[in-house]
Formats: sequence, structure tokens, C-alpha cells
Amino acid sequence: MRLTGWGRTAPATSEVVRVSSEAQLAELLSAPLAPRGLGRSYGDAAQLAGGRVGDLTGLGGISEVDADGLVTAGAGVSLDALVRATLPAGWFLPVTPGTRQVTLGGALAADVHGKNHHRDGTLGAHVTRLRLVSPTGVHELTPADGERFWVHLGAMGLTGVLTEVTLRLLRVTSDRVLVDTERFSDLDGVMAAMVEGDHRYRYSVAWVDCAARGGRGRAVLTRGDHAEGADLGSASLEPPRPALLAVPVTAPPGLLSGATVAAFNELWFRRAPRHRVGEVQRLGTFFHPLDGLRDWNRLYGPRGFVQYQFAVPDAAAETVRVAVARLAVSRVPSFLAVLKRFGPADPAPLSFPQPGWTLALDLPVGPPGLPALLDGLDGLVTEAGGRVYLAKDARLAPASARAMYPRLGEFARLAADFDPAHRLTSDLDRRLRLREG
Amino acid sequence: MDNAFGQPQTVVVLGGTSDLARAVVRRLASARADTVVLAGRDPEALARAAEEARDFGATATPLVTFDATDVADAGRAVADCFAAAGGEVDLVIVAVGRLGHQGADEDDPVAAGEGALVNFAWPVAALAGVRARLVAQGHGRILVMSSVAAIRVRPSAYLYGGAKAGLDRLCGGLADSLAGTGVSLVLLRPGFVRTKMTAGEPEPPLTTGVEPVAEAVVRGLATGQSVIWSPPILRPAMLVLRHLPAGLWRRVMDR
Repeated sequence: MRLTGWGRTAPATSEVVRVSSEAQLAELLSAPLAPRGLGRSYGDAAQLAGGRVGDLTGLGGISEVDADGLVTAGAGVSLDALVRATLPAGWFLPVTPGTRQVTLGGALAADVHGKNHHRDGTLGAHVTRLRLVSPTGVHELTPADGERFWVHLGAMGLTGVLTEVTLRLLRVTSDRVLVDTERFSDLDGVMAAMVEGDHRYRYSVAWVDCAARGGRGRAVLTRGDHAEGADLGSASLEPPRPALLAVPVTAPPGLLSGATVAAFNELWFRRAPRHRVGEVQRLGTFFHPLDGLRDWNRLYGPRGFVQYQFAVPDAAAETVRVAVARLAVSRVPSFLAVLKRFGPADPAPLSFPQPGWTLALDLPVGPPGLPALLDGLDGLVTEAGGRVYLAKDARLAPASARAMYPRLGEFARLAADFDPAHRLTSDLDRRLRLREG
Repeated sequence: MDNAFGQPQTVVVLGGTSDLARAVVRRLASARADTVVLAGRDPEALARAAEEARDFGATATPLVTFDATDVADAGRAVADCFAAAGGEVDLVIVAVGRLGHQGADEDDPVAAGEGALVNFAWPVAALAGVRARLVAQGHGRILVMSSVAAIRVRPSAYLYGGAKAGLDRLCGGLADSLAGTGVSLVLLRPGFVRTKMTAGEPEPPLTTGVEPVAEAVVRGLATGQSVIWSPPILRPAMLVLRHLPAGLWRRVMDR
């Protein structure tokens, strides 16, 4: 079967085995295996060209939520299913990435973050217990196990296959979010506002139009928190609806050209209010706007796209400005970029977030200058003490990965405890040689 | 592994001292190719090509020698290349070939036969070994240097063009046979390229240099083309030329 990541690049022909039990997994691990959930990693993390891929979406099951908000679910459960099951009782994900169409296991393998990282950390920080199968057996781990627990978060599936997870949900009293929106005519303005005010909000994210104003960017900042049902006068707890629209076919090459992207970005910027406080939005609209359009990755045409997401420390805010400026000069069309602030890192050796800034850029494959542009940004990010996000990556060089993730050696040592013969692998692992330390 | 831009990390080059192969290797090594196995006849020329590959970013450049008139040895040469790569191979470039001197060779059964060995039989034997290994690993690409001379064989170069025509057609079928295996084959059809192989030959129209061809190769690998023409105008040009009446064809090509 031909597999790719969400970016639809670097296809792999793999044998896909649907996994339904831990016993079956243990058997499969006598040979190389790449775990796969819903395939939302952008690059080659959940494929193994010429090898076997374990489809884990069959590991289902969601428990009742207890009084403390603890819920136990199969690692193949999607965040969407988890929200549907728990929101009506007044619980929500403590951390949610930009889509609900990921499995719990995949989300933890990438140690995903959300718009609240600056105060709540990654999803991994809310896990109280995890269960995984590795070639050395079945393991049950809690944060009290220290590095033997944390190594699996952000490990991209290279230490074992998560099968069941217990995490602590967030109590909510409505299905709405109160959102403040501000428009900024340049990047400096929005960055200053985020530094000054993000601590007052649970959630914060800025959308940046990189092509605007000769590379100085413009941005719409949205920040908010869950609305109290009592304040709204309605305690509706209705889960987000499934997508009504889908992209039916792969778009022709070049649909997302500089002109169409610029037009889209212009519309989007004009639509946003200059300043608005306390707008009531649905959870789905605020957290997962792209979930409303199924298969949106097809818009990028047959050659697909890459997402470049990097994090740099506060002291290197300049790197964000330079990246936006270089992108503007390169004239590689870029849809809205996402800018966020990160809080403290968690103890996981391969976790992506680190305190400071993160910028994510969606870029179509095609412009001849793009590979070199991104190699150049790798250099800047490394120099700044930053890193790119492995769950998004499809083009990093092994030496860059080594420089960006200085704890790879420690990771390889811990991973070898769970998988001494290196059965767990993927094209990402083979490309970046992550298990070589 | 190939990345999202089709940039390979481990490359084997059969015919590693060819000017065209070296130009391609320079570009691949400056992108992501860190292991480049170079195979060819002349150890000194191979050593120079290896040094060049390292200058452009390769970190491991093992060498393998072979004689392209020794078809029985092709399997050994391919096995040595894969062993030297030390792991899975992303791209195999088949750049073995020689132009020969038709004026002398066409009257010499030994030389005419040797040309067919080097330009057709040896590459075919090597492809058998390459195909089996790549299919077993379940991924990888093969880039075969064909030629525009294979599309319609010119009277003044029928020995070379005819052998390339055989290789070109065979590879078309081989490429189709690979569907579903995860392995693919890319045919390169350059026009007349200024290289040490063609030095001293009269230059036909649309003669090109190694750099534009190498650039076309890298772009073709990135976009997943199955046939790369360089310069691209050759594709429509050959569509017309191959259907010219024989008399007109002779007049156009060999004035």
C-alpha cells in the first residue's frame, strides 16, 4: 500500500497490518515495524518503505470520566472521538493540537502542544499513566517512573507502541470560547503584544501573513478562554460537528500560486476585526478551523507540501523576523503562518517545545529555491539554540537533527532499554538516524 | 531515504567517472547525499571523482572497479557497490557507456561488439542485480542514462545509438514492470552533451552542457518524472524528427 504523511510527499510502499490486540503487536515486533495512527504527521514518521506499518486506529475504547477528570482510552482513539464522548459531561482536552483528527497515541508520540502551551505545557504533561508494548514486553508507566516514562513522549513511536493512556481532562461548563481578536500591521507589533499579554489568557495564537509589507508581516492575534455556561446563560455542551465540506480531488499543480495565496491572505486579514473583545466562538471554530474542510491537504496539488515549524528561545526572536523576511523575499507562496509562544519544556528528551517562540509555515513543494531556503533556516534555528518539529518534518538533514536535539544520545540509550534490537523504526528514523544517538 | 524534495541520502553510481554522473553527484552531495559509492574502470579517475564528491558534502565515498566489457562480472560489481553502501540504497545511477569511433568500429567486428557490450549488455546485466536488490528492500530509484540518440538512430552513430535504443526500450519495460514494488526507474534522455566522451565530435543543434543536464536530473528526481529530456525542447523535437521520411531524416541529421 502506498502511504504518505499529511503533506503527501515522499511516498512509501508498505505492508499495512491492522492491529487489534497487544498480543498481536508483540508478535509483529519480531520484525521492523512503523506505528501509524491517522496519518497526520506531515512527513515520513508513520511509514516504512519496503517494510511493515502497524495501523493502530483499531485500539479503541473510552472509559467513563471519573470525578477528578481522569479518563482512560485506547491509543487508537481519535481526539475527535474523545471530545464527543466527554464534552457532554463537561470535560475537554487539556491540550489540543490544530486538528482533532489524530489518535491519542500519535498525539503523545509527537508530544503535541496547543494554544495554551505557555501555561499548560504539552499533552504529555497531563498523562497520568501510559501502557505500551515494546519488544521487551508490556510496560505500564506513570510520571513517577521519571525518564522511563518521559522517553516515550515525543519519541515518534521509536520506543514502543502506546496501547492505552490515562489522562486528566479539563472541566468546562460550556462548548464556547470567549475570544479577543486584534489586528497588527507588522510582526513586531504582534510579538510585543504577545510578550506583554499572553499570560492573561489560557489560549493564544497569531496568524501571520508572511508575504505582506515587504517581509515585515502582518498578523491577527486571537486569544481567549473557555466561556462559563453561567455567564453565557446557556450551558450547551454539544461536541463539534463533523466536516460538511471536503476537497474531492487533488488540485491541479500550481493552484496555490503566489497570487491565489496573496488573495486568500488579504481576504482573511480584512475579515478580521481591528479589535474585538469577548466574541463567543464554538470550540471547533476556535481550536480546529481546518477540520471543517476534509482532505484540505489535496489543495496543494499532486506534489504536496511541507510544513516548517521551528522553536527558538526568546533571546532569538530575531530568527522569527528573519524567517518571515526570507520567505517574503523568496516568493515561495505561504498560507498564513502560525505564531505562538511556548512555556517551559517538559522532561521528554525529544519533545519539541522549548520556552520562547514557535512559527509554523505551510509551503507547497515546487519552487526550486525552497529546499535551500529551508536548509538556510535550519542553520539560523540551530545557531539560535532552536529546533524544528519532527512531527512536521520531511526534509531535515541528519546532522541538523543532531544539533537541534542535543539529547538524542540520551534518547537512544533509553530507547534501547525498551527496544534493544531496534525493531521500532520509520522512514523518519531511517532518514535522520534518530536511534543512533 | 529520499526526503520530501526527492533528495537521496545514499547513492550508487555505475560509471562514476563520467562527466555527467559527476555533475549529478556534485548536486546530490551538496543536498543530502552523504554516502556515494562510485564504480568505474579507472581507479585514479574514481579517486578524483570521490574527492570531488567529498568536497561537495559527501562523507563516505567507497570505490568499486569493474570492466564494462566483462558482462559476467556485472553481478559482482553491483553486489560490491551495495555492500560498500553499508545499508539501503536510495538511488542507483547507471551511467556506463562509450561513444566509440564509428568510422573505425563499423568495420571491426570486435570493436562493434564491444560497444554493444558496454552500452547495452553490461548495463542490462547490472540492472538485473540492481533491480533484485531494490525490490527486496522495497524502495529506491534507478536513473538510467539513455540518450536522445536512442529515439531515432542516426546513420553516423548507429552503433552507439542502436545500443542506447535497446537500453532505452528495455528500461521502458523494466520501469513498467516495477509498478507496485516501491521501486521506480527514471530514464534520462539528454541531447548531445559536451563531455570528454564527445570531445572532438561535431556538435549537432541543441547541444548542451553537463550542468544544465545535471540540473534537469535533480529537478526530475524532485518532481518524480519518469523520463527526463534535456534540454526539454528535445521531447517535441524528437516527436517530429522520428517521423520524418528517411531521406529527409538523413539530410537533416547528417548534412
